[in-house]
Amino acid sequence: MASLSTKPIIDLAGVTKTFGSFQALKGINATIHESEFFSLLGPSGCGKTTLLRMIAGFETPTDGTIVIAGEDMAGVPANRRPTNMVFQSYAIFPHLCVAENVGYGLKTRKTPKAEIAREVEQALQMVDLGGLGSRAAHELSGGQRQRVALARALVMKPKVVLLDEPLSALDKQLRDQMQVELRQLQQRLGITFILVTHDQEEALTMSDRIAVMFDGRIAQLASPEELYRRPVDRRVASFIGVMNFLDARATGRMNGHLALDIPALGSIELSSAQVPEGLDLRNLETIGIRPEMLTILFEGSEQTEHVARGEVTGTAYYGDMTYYSVRLPGHAEDVTISMRNTAGRSIVPPGSEVPVGWGADSIVLFQ
Amino acid sequence: MKSALKGLSAKWLALYAVAYMVFLYAPVILLPMFAFNDATIISFPLTGFTTQWFDVLWQTESLHGAVRNSLVVGLSSAVLSTILGACAARAAARYRFPAKRGIMSFIMLPLVLPEIIVAVALLVLLMQLGMPLSLATVVLGHVLICTPFSIVILNSAFQGLDQSLEEASYDLGESRWGTFRRVVLPLVMPGVVSSLLITFTISLDEFIIAFFLTGTEVTLPVYIWSQLRFPGKLPSVMALGTILLALSVLLLILAEWFRRRAARKQGIEASATGGFA
Repeated sequence: MASLSTKPIIDLAGVTKTFGSFQALKGINATIHESEFFSLLGPSGCGKTTLLRMIAGFETPTDGTIVIAGEDMAGVPANRRPTNMVFQSYAIFPHLCVAENVGYGLKTRKTPKAEIAREVEQALQMVDLGGLGSRAAHELSGGQRQRVALARALVMKPKVVLLDEPLSALDKQLRDQMQVELRQLQQRLGITFILVTHDQEEALTMSDRIAVMFDGRIAQLASPEELYRRPVDRRVASFIGVMNFLDARATGRMNGHLALDIPALGSIELSSAQVPEGLDLRNLETIGIRPEMLTILFEGSEQTEHVARGEVTGTAYYGDMTYYSVRLPGHAEDVTISMRNTAGRSIVPPGSEVPVGWGADSIVLFQ
Repeated sequence: MKSALKGLSAKWLALYAVAYMVFLYAPVILLPMFAFNDATIISFPLTGFTTQWFDVLWQTESLHGAVRNSLVVGLSSAVLSTILGACAARAAARYRFPAKRGIMSFIMLPLVLPEIIVAVALLVLLMQLGMPLSLATVVLGHVLICTPFSIVILNSAFQGLDQSLEEASYDLGESRWGTFRRVVLPLVMPGVVSSLLITFTISLDEFIIAFFLTGTEVTLPVYIWSQLRFPGKLPSVMALGTILLALSVLLLILAEWFRRRAARKQGIEASATGGFA
């Protein structure tokens, strides 16, 4: 991956939005970098779309400032901002053909006709729709409409492309394909993309950085890897991937180590590098561990740092993976363990007693 | 037994449907029949084919004046009520305001109000205001009854308009006016044309309000009514009626065709937008 610049392109400072008595955004602070694929991820109603629409200029912040490319956007209407949007419904003009749709914005700039035609064709080729300029809007498939909407935004050469759940209307296969294409296109063009999505997988696979939002606030802003490995709280942890939560208690801290008592797994010591800053040990009640960080030990499996005993209560077969529900002693809820299905390894039937291996470094502590 | 009953009731239903259609349209069919009948008395049997009653129409000066008046009133009412209807439909589709439902049904009220009541009320009002009766007062009355129709038609056009289309246009650098011209207007145009045609037809056919509110200049329906006193002119009135009938049907078909085209353009099932005509 090309080294990303850390030059800010969008600066959000204390951005707040109130609709009547409902506070949709409660003070958003974030900096989005040039050439970055940035995602706003969160459940519906968390304010992510409102934030995107404020960057586009369709909503005005109740409080706070939005700076795009060094210019304060207060009072700058949507039609004079260096941003272009791909709408969730695509908003393809139904009375215009593909080329007229894509060239719509260039025409408002009074670009000469010949130049419009050339740039439109270029943009269409960029999204693999070369030669389809004369198609009518209603003749397009869902995926093609999405590409036209993208071309229509890209042809304007914006500083920032805003994407409002652009893949949610597509079926699974097409969505996966578009995720890859969209990411590749963004990297090739080096334009900042801001994606709004509620699909954590989509955000993880496409983004350089993700802001996870809940209830009008950014809960965590980090790279996909950081988000997955070190979620700051239980909400983020359970929103991104699957997380097992286990009761735990801090029993002491000595020479750089933290002693933890986890009833379901046993007592362990963690190196303090694993302990987030500002963690109040007295409030520590829960730890997290990802399903793939727990392993069912088979004969001849690699040894793990710690071993607990559990009972398989259920299995779910996914082809490449099998998900086990395992009951651990002293823990009410079953934990989930994901195992890669390798050759010659059969699925453990429910009811079996199994050794469960794990390592102390995979324990996640929450603030 | 059951199926036999069913067959019987189906037969009765068909018969009822036919009788109903005859009841509705037989009088209308009489109109062209006698318009082309070669006799001054309106009675069966028909005596022969002629177009002389239509020729009489060409030579009647006062009729031409009435046609001109009706056209002026019809066009003015159509344009005014369509503009008002477009504003109301747009507001209903786009904005949220207190008591929206109440206000909208209040605007639609003239649709079901007895016309004679409206006409008398308007007459009293105009008298009180001291406004002289003229074609302009007729236009005002017609706008009042035409606007609800216009709203009904334009509502489906504006409701079907996806708001993100306008936002997309702003987003691509277009101004508000430019967006209206390049996106909104082309998309609601078929609805606007349909509204113009229907309100024009309504105004053209309207008698009661025109009769109450007109001054010395009469509209076509009022003229026709005045001619009914002369039995000798009856066949030519029939001819005139035939022309009006054909014209009205043509305009309504055109209006519906435009409305359906609008729905299709926006990718909506025509029947889902509440067919009007």
